[in-house]
Amino acid sequence: MLKTFPVGGIHPPENKLTADKTIKYLPVPASVAIPVSQHIGTPAEVIVGKGDIIRTGQVIATSKGFVSSNVHSSVSGKVSKIDNIIDSTGYRHMAVFIDVDGDEWVETINRTPEVIKEIKLGPEDIIKRCLDSGIVGLGGATFPSHAKLSIPPGKKCDILIINGVECEPYLTSDHRLMLEHVEEVLTGITVLMKALGVDRAMIGIENNKPDAVEHLTGIAEDFRGITVHSLKVKYPQGAEKQLIKALVNREVPSGHLPIDVGLVVHNVGTAFAVYEAVQKNKPLFERVVTVTGKSLRNPGNFMVRTGTPVRDLIEAAGGMPEDTGKIVSGGPMMGKALNSTDVPVVKGTSGIILFPESESERPVAGPCIRCGKCITVCPMNLEPYLLMTLAGKGLFEKAENEQITDCMECGSCSFTCPAKRPLLDYIRLGKSTVIRMARERNIK
Amino acid sequence: MSKLFNISPSPHTQSTETTKKLMYGVVVALIPAFITSILYFGVSALIVTVTSVVSCLVFEYLIQRFVLRKPLSITDGSAIVTGILLAFNLPSDIPVHIIVIGSLVAIGIAKMTFGGLGNNPFNPALVGRVFMLISFPVQMTTWPLPEGFKTSYADAVTGATPLGIIKEGLKNGDSLSSLMEKIPNVFHMFMGKMGGSMGEVAAFALLLGFAYLLYRKIITWHIPVSILGTVAVFTTILWLIDPQKNANPLFHVLAGGVLLGAIFMATDYVTSPMYPKAMIIYGIGIGFITVVIRVYGAYPEGVSFAILIMNAFVPLMNAYMKPKRFGEEVANG
Amino acid sequence: MSTVILTTIICLSILALISAIILYFVAQKFKVYEDPRIDEIQAVLPAANCGGCGFAGCRNFAEALVNAETFEGLNCPVGGAEVMDEAARILGKEAPEVDPLVAVLKCNGTPEFRPKTSRYDGVADCRITNNLYMGETDCSYGCLGNGDCVSACTFDAMYMDPVTELPVIMDDKCVACGLCVKACPRDLIELRKKAKKDRKIYVACYNCDKGGPARRACKVACIGCGKCVKVCTFGAITMENNLAYIDANKCTFCRKCVTECPTNSIIEVNFPPRKPKAEVVTEAVNQRITKG
Repeated sequence: MLKTFPVGGIHPPENKLTADKTIKYLPVPASVAIPVSQHIGTPAEVIVGKGDIIRTGQVIATSKGFVSSNVHSSVSGKVSKIDNIIDSTGYRHMAVFIDVDGDEWVETINRTPEVIKEIKLGPEDIIKRCLDSGIVGLGGATFPSHAKLSIPPGKKCDILIINGVECEPYLTSDHRLMLEHVEEVLTGITVLMKALGVDRAMIGIENNKPDAVEHLTGIAEDFRGITVHSLKVKYPQGAEKQLIKALVNREVPSGHLPIDVGLVVHNVGTAFAVYEAVQKNKPLFERVVTVTGKSLRNPGNFMVRTGTPVRDLIEAAGGMPEDTGKIVSGGPMMGKALNSTDVPVVKGTSGIILFPESESERPVAGPCIRCGKCITVCPMNLEPYLLMTLAGKGLFEKAENEQITDCMECGSCSFTCPAKRPLLDYIRLGKSTVIRMARERNIK
Repeated sequence: MSKLFNISPSPHTQSTETTKKLMYGVVVALIPAFITSILYFGVSALIVTVTSVVSCLVFEYLIQRFVLRKPLSITDGSAIVTGILLAFNLPSDIPVHIIVIGSLVAIGIAKMTFGGLGNNPFNPALVGRVFMLISFPVQMTTWPLPEGFKTSYADAVTGATPLGIIKEGLKNGDSLSSLMEKIPNVFHMFMGKMGGSMGEVAAFALLLGFAYLLYRKIITWHIPVSILGTVAVFTTILWLIDPQKNANPLFHVLAGGVLLGAIFMATDYVTSPMYPKAMIIYGIGIGFITVVIRVYGAYPEGVSFAILIMNAFVPLMNAYMKPKRFGEEVANG
Repeated sequence: MSTVILTTIICLSILALISAIILYFVAQKFKVYEDPRIDEIQAVLPAANCGGCGFAGCRNFAEALVNAETFEGLNCPVGGAEVMDEAARILGKEAPEVDPLVAVLKCNGTPEFRPKTSRYDGVADCRITNNLYMGETDCSYGCLGNGDCVSACTFDAMYMDPVTELPVIMDDKCVACGLCVKACPRDLIELRKKAKKDRKIYVACYNCDKGGPARRACKVACIGCGKCVKVCTFGAITMENNLAYIDANKCTFCRKCVTECPTNSIIEVNFPPRKPKAEVVTEAVNQRITKG
């Protein structure tokens, strides 16, 4: 019996069109625009100026505060300007524009192809290396990894959970990483285990990737303390609270973090980035991005440098199809629609999906028929129909009592609703208002 | 001019289930019962059903277009479902004008005054039916016997339903065993050869519909099973206490409208609770009140009233039987 | 009359009498003392319960007026001077002079001036669109056109113009209660001093980007050039964050800034028409900006 989380969940069509496409290295673009905020927390502070000559892997913005991250250049060339650009938040934010010239890397980076399994650094040095290399969570949340690895005093971690689930339809970047770079990933996991001081790591993978499960299980036998677990295919299995519940049956309390039940969760992509940072001294400036869509000529998985405009990826996948109606950064359930192809790829971009016009329009909403399906599918056991009504009418205190802040915006409710009501739109509005109200209350 | 892309908040994909598909799924589930009603009651069954459906649609159209001036929603299928269910609660020889009045009450008063689909607290078909029962008691309580396919409309041979036979007989002081001989046997009751309303007679047709609804995931098992289970348990207790005054549980489940009510009327989305725990309490309540009315009340059949009474409690159940949130117990406990 | 009916009448009457006596005593015992003047003031107030005074409703405002030392800072914008004077008379206090206000929309980005760069397909709610992205145009400060303000107005003073896709505020109905100001997620509506003949001069823009991006996004955006500041002899215009702002208290309606503005960002409302000279100036300056 495959493990799964007990409450809620949906089965959207998987559409893993690129599951068997090997990772291709995208050629370096002609110019990049590297945003200074590619992570949760304070944006980084720019330390270069117009006209500076930059090398690949050089720090161009430094972290500000504890929950922040360094930003490195992904190319070599000259800084043309430091200006605003539209990013995937839908607004303009500051970025460093670089005109590319060649591909000269910083010499401290080890570019040899062998996998280095011996870990020479101690736990504190590993965490410092993660901070210096700008490692953030590559599952999409982009939380600075050094902050996650720094366990607050009084709390203990006993198991490291690795998220190889990739439950979003269409996305296959983690899948390919696990198949093609399995030793690097496992070494990265061992590095993380050393940093946390744990001797057990559990990798969760959804059952629609049997080749990855098999491959990983075989090679993991050479690594101490790492076990691989196959999970039932159900969205959102990749959400960390649901992953924890399925793998070790611990329930993270409402309003708390996984460390409160003794666990830390990291994505496989992050483990790979940690391997490169710690063993090869390579900062985070490129990642695997799935470029896919039903009308695309050559959908595939590409290793892309951060700052590359989305336009270049679409070109590499065969050019923009005529009938494209919507471009989404991320997965179809939680991704953000882009209003321009100038938007640059950042550390959190896991995929670019091109939807044809027939699938881009929202259906017309009808009245709520009180069928209760939204409640059945909510993985946090909330009541989306009620939260939508409360947020729509401005009854935010009541919404707070109904624990609207527990919502992780997975989209299962909006997906399921037969009346096609925009449940998640209003719940998001309610959440942001309630969080703001709570913050103002705490300040008083 | 570069292309304008669509922007909307996530999720960017939706399931293919729609309100319309759900409603038409219910219509499909009612087809076996519809066919058996025509086989047993003839053309009049067809006329009653069609009149009911057409009146419901017409009234919903007129009210939405001229009184409320809101966009039309008659194609979403809910008026058709109400029309069919209302018809299935009626005797097959009921005069047409009474059906029209009943449809007006069902759609106009029970559904539209509250704001249309999704806002009514009481099941519209049952409100219509109860209104007709109280306003036209004679026509609503003469039940044609299943004589087979007949083409004439009005001249049906009428007789009492099995529940009616039991109720009247017990009042007159007859013993239960003598009454049971007057009632069709279990097989006939299962297949539908008994007096009653058009939709309630054929148990097997209703069960086929139930299977289809479960397969299409339109309803869950909670409400029908808890209603029928409660009826069975409660009548078993009464039967064991005094077998001369109370009929056996199998009789109670097959007789009357409890199967139709449990599978199609009580499971109406809008008027039933939204969480499994609340659904089971709701079902138990309906089963309990049905048996009480059948055994101790004045009417031979109590399902309609039982469902309407429990409909009134549904908002309370929705408010107080909320599901336990993920992580709530651990946070508070 | 039969004994049954007689008995019923007598019993019910006695029951009613006993209930009335009990209720009277209970009402007296649990009576909450309230200043009777609060009711008097509340009767004078417009009963709109809009919150324009800053209090939760007309009754709360009445309480505040009765308990306040002076009327400083207390004003009902809906009732205006008439209502405040009446309340002052009842309480024997002075009502300070308060200038009447009117709401204006600080955006003139019609589809003609502000081209669309995407199609929004989500819920037509300004707060939701604002949370999602900059909007259907390239200006991340401008009006989203979904009408949260129109829905918030309880005095029917606003409607959405289908051609300009901007909300229109009707001066004769607007009472400056402030509900639309609170509703707009981009703070585009401002309550400005009402002038005679409903004349207004203000910067119809809220874009704080530098001149280049602002102008590229919208033809009538404020580019922060500062010409209006220089030409105003009354010191009514200030520039902050690439955006000009006209102080309504200092403005004398001389209209020099309107002609001076190269992008026609400053607009004049309800003035007599004059020669259309501004067009030529705009094109010439337009060329200069796009080249530089």
